[in-house]
Amino acid sequence: MSEESQTEIARSCFLSTDQFARLFEVLHALDYEVIGPTIDQAAIVYDRLTSIDDLPRGWTDIQEPGKYRLEKRDDDALFGYVVGPHSWKQKLFPPVSTLSVADRTDAGWQFSEPEQELPKFAFLGVRACELAALKIQDRVFIGGPYVDPSYQGRRNQALIIAVNCTQAASTCFCTSMNTGPRCKAGYDLALTELSDGFVVEVATPEGETVINALETQIATEQNQRQAEAARQQAVDQITKTLDTTDIRDLLMSNLEHPRWDDVAERCLSCTNCTMVCPTCFCSSVEEVSDLTGDHVERERKWDSCFNVDFSYMNGGLVRNSIRNRYRQWMTHKLATWIDQFGTSGCVGCGRCITWCPVGIDLTREVAAIRETQT
Amino acid sequence: MNSSCSTTGETADSQVNHWVPQTAVICEITPEVNDVATYQLALTDPAAAKAYRFAPGQFNMLYVPGAGESAISMSGDPVSPGNLVHTIRVAGNVTRSIAAMKVGDTLGLRGPFGTSWPLEMCAGRDVILVAGGIGLPPLRPLIYRLLAERPRYGQLHLLYGARSPEMRLYTEEFPLWEEGGLDVRETVDRSSPGWHGNVGVVPSLLERLEAFDPAKSILLICGPDLMMRFTARAAIQRGMTAEQIWVSTERNMQCAVGLCGHCQLGPEFICKDGPVFRYDQILPYLKVEGL
Repeated sequence: MSEESQTEIARSCFLSTDQFARLFEVLHALDYEVIGPTIDQAAIVYDRLTSIDDLPRGWTDIQEPGKYRLEKRDDDALFGYVVGPHSWKQKLFPPVSTLSVADRTDAGWQFSEPEQELPKFAFLGVRACELAALKIQDRVFIGGPYVDPSYQGRRNQALIIAVNCTQAASTCFCTSMNTGPRCKAGYDLALTELSDGFVVEVATPEGETVINALETQIATEQNQRQAEAARQQAVDQITKTLDTTDIRDLLMSNLEHPRWDDVAERCLSCTNCTMVCPTCFCSSVEEVSDLTGDHVERERKWDSCFNVDFSYMNGGLVRNSIRNRYRQWMTHKLATWIDQFGTSGCVGCGRCITWCPVGIDLTREVAAIRETQT
Repeated sequence: MNSSCSTTGETADSQVNHWVPQTAVICEITPEVNDVATYQLALTDPAAAKAYRFAPGQFNMLYVPGAGESAISMSGDPVSPGNLVHTIRVAGNVTRSIAAMKVGDTLGLRGPFGTSWPLEMCAGRDVILVAGGIGLPPLRPLIYRLLAERPRYGQLHLLYGARSPEMRLYTEEFPLWEEGGLDVRETVDRSSPGWHGNVGVVPSLLERLEAFDPAKSILLICGPDLMMRFTARAAIQRGMTAEQIWVSTERNMQCAVGLCGHCQLGPEFICKDGPVFRYDQILPYLKVEGL
């Protein structure tokens, strides 16, 4: 749900794990396609879920700069991990999508919108930093004078079931970005996992419809205390920080700082950070033609400011070095994003740190510039 | 020749998906110089043709299915009925495909996009237009508008630099423009037999401009980044301020609506925040190498 349609948190209740298992059939009956965390290729990714058994029950993730491992937990927690390589942008802003269709006719080229069925998603397991990322991408795709119709359609009918983090990774810094770990707005339902079920906060009529189809109990004071303690555990585990004081001006007045050369020595320009980032939105359009050349589709694909030809112009490259490309990515994410959209482009999820093959940590890069600013 | 080249229509078009192009037909092709030609287009949907408006400085995305899209500035008169005029230089796949087209062929068009030249701010001022090479077409719609209401403005100068005498655009129109009250001064990078004019870079024309009153002038520049910076510097040395200077910038554009990220220059999306910027707004970023 978009934040605009969200009312004050109306009420909370307790949902047993058994009843939670029924959530899937309830969502399916309401024609939702349930997307949530599941294990694929030794990582927790977001994909289509059919039942509670698809969730990574009893697994957790260990994250460090350049490192991601799954490990068995000593309990059966369903949401006992943080965020993986996927984010919800995969579903709202798909990696590949068709923008327009061209057909050659006797009267010349005719252009039309692609025929696409709009999926109706229920996102299960959206973390606080990801709610913030959704809000940021909303500003990019539907908050300006030009609206992306595909994003808008998918976003408007998506049901958001958030999950409060009860632990943090070493790469998490949502507390610095004021995005978490507590889910505060932008969801239909928010869950906090306890050992025998969930404390559920119901925020919208859509959330109410779903929860009313399940058997819930009154959330006891003890439930609430346990939930609060579980959430506090995540807060306490967060050790990474990013000092955002005047960060826009700090970075934009240090565009020739030697640290850019330093990080360029390490950065492989592999694009991983932009692919896993839940807010990065750059894309390119390609022509996809049939064999006759009479039917051509324009396909939008995720692109990255780290790709060499991203800034191609008039036979040359504007950002012709890794230094320039890393500088573009970081200054956009943390500085000029604020000019463009009134918010940082970073939510502190730590994905770019974990999935960087050489473990570059943007919080350390910023700190290095801050320590020796020119 | 397609009958839809005459623009008539009755109803306004509905809300369109900005990703989907309109069909445009080529009505006329005028070869200009080597690798450059001017195309007069018309939208085949009468309602869309009737509703189409643009301001000097704006651009369209022209689309050749299979080859792709290219951002091309408007170069016709905004108020004339056949205003969909583009002067196009062959620079890549798309423009090469357009160069192979003939009258009656169709292509896709999205637009207009972007910001425009500050025509209203020109009123009562001396207007100095500076163009480098293919930077003249984006200024031509403005020239038409300035000359159409000549008494509203002070002195009008066009300082135009081309690579060589053979690469000069629109020279057949220069006498008309001169007659209408636009002072046209030219220079070329490299001379060739028969050229008796200036040789040198464009900023030198500005340095030599006599009867120049920096306080009541406005300077509008379109050309390569470096040429614009040197021209602006020459103007500032002669007493103008960055707030009196406007430039039209260029970057790789794909979506034209600020959604694809390609054209960013610092905080600006050149496609929707530009291409026309007041110089003081864009200078901090324009001067950073590789930004």
